[in-house]
Amino acid sequence: MSNSKSHHTRLNPLKFAMWIGMGSIMMMFASLTSAYLVRRAGGNWLEFSIPTVFYYSTLVLLVSSLCLHVGYSSYKKRNIPLYQGGLIAAFVLGCVFLVLQYQGWNELFSIGVDLKGNPSGSFLYVITGIHGLHILGGLAALVVSIINAFTLKKFTEKRKTNFELTLQYWHFVDILWVYLLVFLLMSR
Amino acid sequence: MASIITYDEKKLIKEDGFDDHFHEHHHGDKYQTGFIFKYIFSMDHKIIARQFLITGMIWAIIGAAMSIVFRLQLGFPEESLAWLKPILGRWILLNEETGIGTLDPQFYYALVTMHGTIIVFFVLTAGLSGTFSNLLIPLQVGARDMASPFLNMLSYWFFFLAGAVMMYSLFLNTGPFSGGWTGYPPLSALPQASSGSAGGMTLWLVSLVLFVVSVLLGGINYITTILNLRTKGMSLWKMPLTIWAFFVTAIIGLLSFPVLASGFFLLMFDRGLGTSFYLSDIFIAGQALDYVGGSPILYQHLFWFLGHPEVYIIILPAMGIVSEVLSVHARKPVFGYKAMVYSILAIAFLSFIVWAHHMFMSGVNPFLSNFFVIFTLIIAVPSAVKVFNWITTLWGGQIRLNSAMLFAIGFISLFVSGGLTGIFLGNSAIDIQMHDTYFVVAHFHIVMGVAAMFGMFAGIYHWFPKMFGRFMNETLGKIHFWMTIIGAYAIFWPMHYLGMAGVPRRYYRFDSFEAFEQFTAMNQFITIAAIITFGASILFVVNFFYSMNYGKKQKVRNPYGANTLEWTTPIEAGHGNWEGKIPSVHRWPYDYGKDGNEFIPQYVPLTEEEKLEESH
Ligand code: HEM
Ligand SMILES: [Cu+2]
Repeated sequence: MSNSKSHHTRLNPLKFAMWIGMGSIMMMFASLTSAYLVRRAGGNWLEFSIPTVFYYSTLVLLVSSLCLHVGYSSYKKRNIPLYQGGLIAAFVLGCVFLVLQYQGWNELFSIGVDLKGNPSGSFLYVITGIHGLHILGGLAALVVSIINAFTLKKFTEKRKTNFELTLQYWHFVDILWVYLLVFLLMSR
Repeated sequence: MASIITYDEKKLIKEDGFDDHFHEHHHGDKYQTGFIFKYIFSMDHKIIARQFLITGMIWAIIGAAMSIVFRLQLGFPEESLAWLKPILGRWILLNEETGIGTLDPQFYYALVTMHGTIIVFFVLTAGLSGTFSNLLIPLQVGARDMASPFLNMLSYWFFFLAGAVMMYSLFLNTGPFSGGWTGYPPLSALPQASSGSAGGMTLWLVSLVLFVVSVLLGGINYITTILNLRTKGMSLWKMPLTIWAFFVTAIIGLLSFPVLASGFFLLMFDRGLGTSFYLSDIFIAGQALDYVGGSPILYQHLFWFLGHPEVYIIILPAMGIVSEVLSVHARKPVFGYKAMVYSILAIAFLSFIVWAHHMFMSGVNPFLSNFFVIFTLIIAVPSAVKVFNWITTLWGGQIRLNSAMLFAIGFISLFVSGGLTGIFLGNSAIDIQMHDTYFVVAHFHIVMGVAAMFGMFAGIYHWFPKMFGRFMNETLGKIHFWMTIIGAYAIFWPMHYLGMAGVPRRYYRFDSFEAFEQFTAMNQFITIAAIITFGASILFVVNFFYSMNYGKKQKVRNPYGANTLEWTTPIEAGHGNWEGKIPSVHRWPYDYGKDGNEFIPQYVPLTEEEKLEESH
């Protein structure tokens, strides 16, 4: 890419672009949660408690982020085994997160909260579902990082940037989930 | 003290320019080889700009042709449309005995809906902002290309795909979506509600979600390029107003289009998975549906949270183009440059807190409406600042009345006429009478539809040499202008009267309403004006393609004597835009007629006197 060297800003343009992209993903969830609030204010709102699995999944996702960070600092120190291990752990925990989210859905379903029916339930499914899709995107990026970790030999600037982009995104979807969980708990 | 500045462009850029070592390594050029990668899957912003433009033009012709068909229906409901049968097929209902063909009412609605969707999104968003942001951002800020040429290419192909899906929906058995460009539920949410709400609506949603992706990818690139890849010396306050406009447009798009996407997702769930986000207590054909607890107003909030900013996404690039064209061809600096920038920012900010003025009649709380009335009316202030500044830019200038300039002046006229009616509509009490009438149709066609088209025409005539190395034919251009401005006013001015008399928009025919019988002649007049104006557009298309191959050749790099950087590249600029160094920037782009110099390009260093002035 011819333009990745910027003339006078410190931030790499691609990382900057990622920040903007994160901003617009944030807008999407902001609109979903505002729609949630608006609809809830309208009454006829089914109350139920958040499945406990969601607490565990949150923990798993946070640890996953941590692992990726360990992988990243090991990459910088050229500690290859820990770098590769961190990446794989982050990926596996990301998958576990999705499984747990699905468990959460099952739990909801078993207490009679269906996707159809009262919008309070529908919103929960939709918000967690769309967040799950963003996790899926992150997992795809992690797969690429893992392949790089095992096949690439040279430590180039470009490789580091790509890794940092993945890291940035993965932390973002992690924090996004924490926001969503706190939002869902607060607005009961 | 007047002092004529002399300089040698090539020498100056060679000595003073910014060296990014671009030509030392041969990266990037790989994707420039071979026809397919050079013209189809191109990552060069100049090619992508042309792709956006030509795709946009094709959609413009389709969208405009649709309007002619439904105008025929409105102007001449009794005339036979049998001659359209070969094109429209089963959408023309043929009476076996008399041989008279009539437009299927269902298809009339589909035409109106598609016309709106196509023009708003494909022509005036992608075709306008996509074309000129791509062409001008790298060239005017002094960058080799976009921050991510690859994402830029994807942005075009997502737009293309969105178009392909929409096009396909036109040929469905049940027809394309027909519930209006705003796609309000419950009509749009229930496949059984109308034939257009079946497969047509599904494809409409898919197409527009793809379109949102395209806008986001493009916007991320535009913002990043503007903030990160400006050449040496190009501070924010030295950027041309075009760049400011594209920049703010991209920001608005990135903040509002994701909201539209969420609105669409919820609608998809309602349609496909049985949720009730927007639906409650509905009876169709005497049967109660089991959706409960939803609210169609929720959709309107989500839609208009994009929908209103969207109208500024459309008009801001046109405003930027007009500012630039006016200044270059009036040979005068833009009046009140900073005020222009601040009013762009103010308009952008306000555009996010006025959306409910589209919902005064949807049952939102009247006290809440007051809030929206006030902010809506406040938008008139920055808009008026801009109009004032354009007119003062023209004032006393040595105006070159070429086609680009004519369209830029036409833009001002239209923006004023259409903006004034906005102030009527912005008062919720007046809107009770005006809502959903032809008054609204007149308002937004003049202020947005035609005005933005004029901005686009001004830009095309002005930058045609930059895109194709040739000029468009001026005589045809002037005919195009006069026919279009007279035609557009002839079409939309009378609609204000229709609207004030209460004629509702989106009706198939009016001849069964006694109150509207007096308007038969007026409706015929509008239709004839529309056909003539459409003819003018065909003239433009002919001029465009003819000039591309046979137009007058561009012989010098800077034919207009303009200050901005795009005129320092070679006439047939290759990949990377500048052969050697990138010019570095020393001054704002509007030094026209300064100290006896007709124009001083941005790459010319300040003289000693100017430096002295600046430090005071
Ligand atoms: C002084 C500034 C403006 C004011 C106060 C204003 C006000 C309004 C109001 C209140 C409506 C809703 C009318 C109704 O549906 O009953 C409306 C409709 C509309 N306006 Fe404006 N407007 C202004 C400028 C603009 C501009 C600059 C654009 C576009 C560039 C624009 C585009 C539209 C569109 C597209 C609609 C109709 C949407 C639809 O219902 O299909 N307006 N305007
Ligand atoms: Cu509006």
